[in-house]
Amino acid sequence: MSELTTKLTAKDFASDQEVRWCPGCGDYSILKQIQTVLPDFGRPKEEFVFISGIGCSSRFPYYMDTYGMHSIHGRATAIATGLKSTRPDLSVWVITGDGDSLSIGGNHFIHLLRRNPDINILLFNNQIYGLTKGQYSPTSEQGKVTKSTPMGSLDFPFNPIALSLGADATFVARTLDRDPKHQQMIYKRGYEHKGTSMIEIYQNCNVFNDGAFEIFTEKGTKKQETLFMEAGKPLLFGENIEKGIKLDGLKPTIVDVTEGTANDLWIHDETDLTKATILSRFFDDPAMENHFPRPFGIFYVNENKSPFEKLFNDQIEFSKTTYGSGDLDKLLAGKETWVVN
Amino acid sequence: MATVETTLESVVIRFSGDSGDGKQHTGNKFTNSTALLGNDLATFPDFPAEIRAPIGTVAGVSGFQIHFGSTKINTPGDRCDVLVVMNAAALKVNLKALKQGGVIIVNTDGFDAKNLRLANIPEEQNPLKNGSLAGYDVKEIDVTKITRTALAGSGLGVKEIDRCKNMFVLGLLYWMYHRSLDNTIKFINSKFKKNPAIAEANVKVLNAGWNYGETTEMFAQRYNVAPAKMEPGVYRGVMGNQAVALGLIAASVKSKLPLFYGTYPITPASDVLHELSKYKNFDIKTLQAEDEIAGICTSIGAAFGGHLAVTGSSGPGIALKTEAIGLATMLELPLVIVNVQRAGPSTGMPTKTEQADLLQAFYGRNGECPVVVIAAQSPADCFTMAFEACRIALEHMLPVFLLTDGYIANGAEPWKFPLTKDLPEIPVSFAKERENAIDKYLPYTRDNKLARPWALPGTKGLTHRIGGLEKQNLTGDISYDPENHEQMVKIRQQKVDLVENYIPEQMLSCGADEGDLLIIGWGGTYGALKTAAGQLIEQGYKVSHAHIQYLNPFPKNLGEMLKRFKKVVVAELNNGQLVKILRDKYFVDAIAYNKIQGQPFMSSEVVQKMQDILTDK
Ligand code: SF4
Repeated sequence: MSELTTKLTAKDFASDQEVRWCPGCGDYSILKQIQTVLPDFGRPKEEFVFISGIGCSSRFPYYMDTYGMHSIHGRATAIATGLKSTRPDLSVWVITGDGDSLSIGGNHFIHLLRRNPDINILLFNNQIYGLTKGQYSPTSEQGKVTKSTPMGSLDFPFNPIALSLGADATFVARTLDRDPKHQQMIYKRGYEHKGTSMIEIYQNCNVFNDGAFEIFTEKGTKKQETLFMEAGKPLLFGENIEKGIKLDGLKPTIVDVTEGTANDLWIHDETDLTKATILSRFFDDPAMENHFPRPFGIFYVNENKSPFEKLFNDQIEFSKTTYGSGDLDKLLAGKETWVVN
Repeated sequence: MATVETTLESVVIRFSGDSGDGKQHTGNKFTNSTALLGNDLATFPDFPAEIRAPIGTVAGVSGFQIHFGSTKINTPGDRCDVLVVMNAAALKVNLKALKQGGVIIVNTDGFDAKNLRLANIPEEQNPLKNGSLAGYDVKEIDVTKITRTALAGSGLGVKEIDRCKNMFVLGLLYWMYHRSLDNTIKFINSKFKKNPAIAEANVKVLNAGWNYGETTEMFAQRYNVAPAKMEPGVYRGVMGNQAVALGLIAASVKSKLPLFYGTYPITPASDVLHELSKYKNFDIKTLQAEDEIAGICTSIGAAFGGHLAVTGSSGPGIALKTEAIGLATMLELPLVIVNVQRAGPSTGMPTKTEQADLLQAFYGRNGECPVVVIAAQSPADCFTMAFEACRIALEHMLPVFLLTDGYIANGAEPWKFPLTKDLPEIPVSFAKERENAIDKYLPYTRDNKLARPWALPGTKGLTHRIGGLEKQNLTGDISYDPENHEQMVKIRQQKVDLVENYIPEQMLSCGADEGDLLIIGWGGTYGALKTAAGQLIEQGYKVSHAHIQYLNPFPKNLGEMLKRFKKVVVAELNNGQLVKILRDKYFVDAIAYNKIQGQPFMSSEVVQKMQDILTDK
């Protein structure tokens, strides 16, 4: 990793390509926040590689003046694994969507998390297929009426956070396109994490699924419906921060903190997998009575699992020190030879 | 008793028994001792379809055939002279592979009521008793009993004792064919270093086999097979899959690039992975991915990063990799795709050989997506062609298909292996960094081979984006421009076509430059076709044989060569694939000769067929 003497700017990371998402699309904000935080990492831009699959979000690499690859549907995760394994010196980012990573690329997605190379995944979740013009996606709510499901979709949605924890991901977070500061904080933490960082971003597709996350972003409902987790702090939410979460054994309950229960509140611990798992299940339909607020922030971090590329290259080094660098002539001769005169 | 000594030019022996019996192992030991004696040889294992088929059944029979001689040996042999059968099922499966009058060495213990029942042979039809083997020279030996007697008091359990049975047969064959026991004894002692009792038991039974030949009157004949006149040099034995791995490693050394092999387990290609994974100290990086698609995609990632990237599989896996091969073609990155072909379609017959993926390699992708296709023709040739696949991919910046097949992948032959210093260098240069560049970097400029620069992430001043969308020539930016698309399709085709200037001319493997019949083949049928052509020539026919290793593009002189023969036959283990391409490209009225049985050609059947064609039968 090289260090820069003069700090780059967001502009340095913008390519000459005209950005072609629909006006008002949530993707713009994500692109902007990434271009904003990258200079903070103090690395030259040639050390960053953005690899995407297929979908609206996957155009992202074209807009970054870094190295990039716009690959094929669902496979960015696998390509990134090959690149990071062989080039640990690079900062590798996967740009993907809900269809790309959870439908066609579901297999590679969970295996990437299981292997845990030091790659940052930005999962643009808009709960719809945008590029193919509006079919329901694996994160769409059941009953979604779309072009392909005129009577409503039948399948239940994936919960990407719970799925990632199930695959033993070592960094799992959720943020929102409408919250630039929160995004930037999460991206920095994801970059710093040594291992795969799975960052789900609620991203509004204002053309095919407008308002999907309105309840979490609009003034009237936002405070009631969202729970911003901060390490070491109690889980609080509500219009006047009057509500909190308490754990009764493994059962979470919502309590009114104005009634003097503030001391028993659940203190967020990013390293507690059990608690992270409970939080990941705060996934209720907001129409339900007594539902939990939707958590944002970092659910879980595990710094104890070695990144895949380290283990992968350590074996190579170990083999070299144990057996010496390979001698091709010896190898070609094999164990047994004979001479013909 | 006096034994008669006979000298033979060549011999074919087939070992067969239950797959758990260690027939491959016995065959390999015999092969090594034979190679050390200086015979030329070729071997072929015949695996059962199931890994753990029920013991004693027909489905569980495993075979190993070796053909060795004092002359050039091109194939593992059509039919065998000696058939070793350890049980009734093995006889049932393999009798048709034995020559009329051939020797059968029978373990009689494998023909008891239970074994007959398992082989589905009614007891009254026991072939050892009903006279059906009258046309053969049957040597009945209760190998199990002799082995148990020899090891009585050894302190070993029955299971361990019975495992030594193969050594008896091996010792007997060593006696029959004058092979030394030394090499095998050395092997046994080193293999069972930690278990001297087992080592001793194996050696004891091996000697018992030898002594059995020497002392009983059952064997009145011993045979001499003199060393073959082979090109002087140092040799070793090599199997095709192993040779592929060695070729890839050699290319990695000669290109000074670390090798990355992304793959997924599949029969019969997995051995390439097993082999490569042993050599991490050569900077060989193997990744067993979650599926076939990830196998090739991780390799594409490694190619982007500047590694010599290879993926390998067999037909069904290649089908899954198709879309990614298209991506590699668009990205114009070097990538080698190894297809160890097996019988298809779908799962087909995984342990059986076939050459039916040629059209898949040529055309099996969406859009206009040409790639270079080359094929190995023998186990040792897998080394050369794997090296070539890497050379072409790196020098021309494109994907290259290497086709081998189950037959040569598992077959073995002596190999006069090269020295590192005699292998050509594969020069690779990455695009150079640019200090303070203000102009845009152009990743799709081209050299005289139309290859684009390999600009690695991490290089200053070369940041650029590549992808599967059609790109503008030079800039690599996304482009939907109609003229540009047509131009790019043509460039990608031309790039493949230009490879013809960097490959050897087509040679004849035997026969004159012109004549009545040219037999064309490709891939693992080389030995059988060459042997057949040689026999036809001896019989006075004007026949020649050419075996094509470079299939897309073809060698420049191939078209001319085809014109110099009255008839052209294309012999393939498929339903007619290369023949279609040759007809299309050269307007040649080629005759298709096909076999689709999961088995290699026998040279005798090729001779027969060619005679029919020559005499217009
Ligand atoms: S279709 Fe939706 S997701 Fe795609 S660019 Fe337009 S607004 Fe964004």
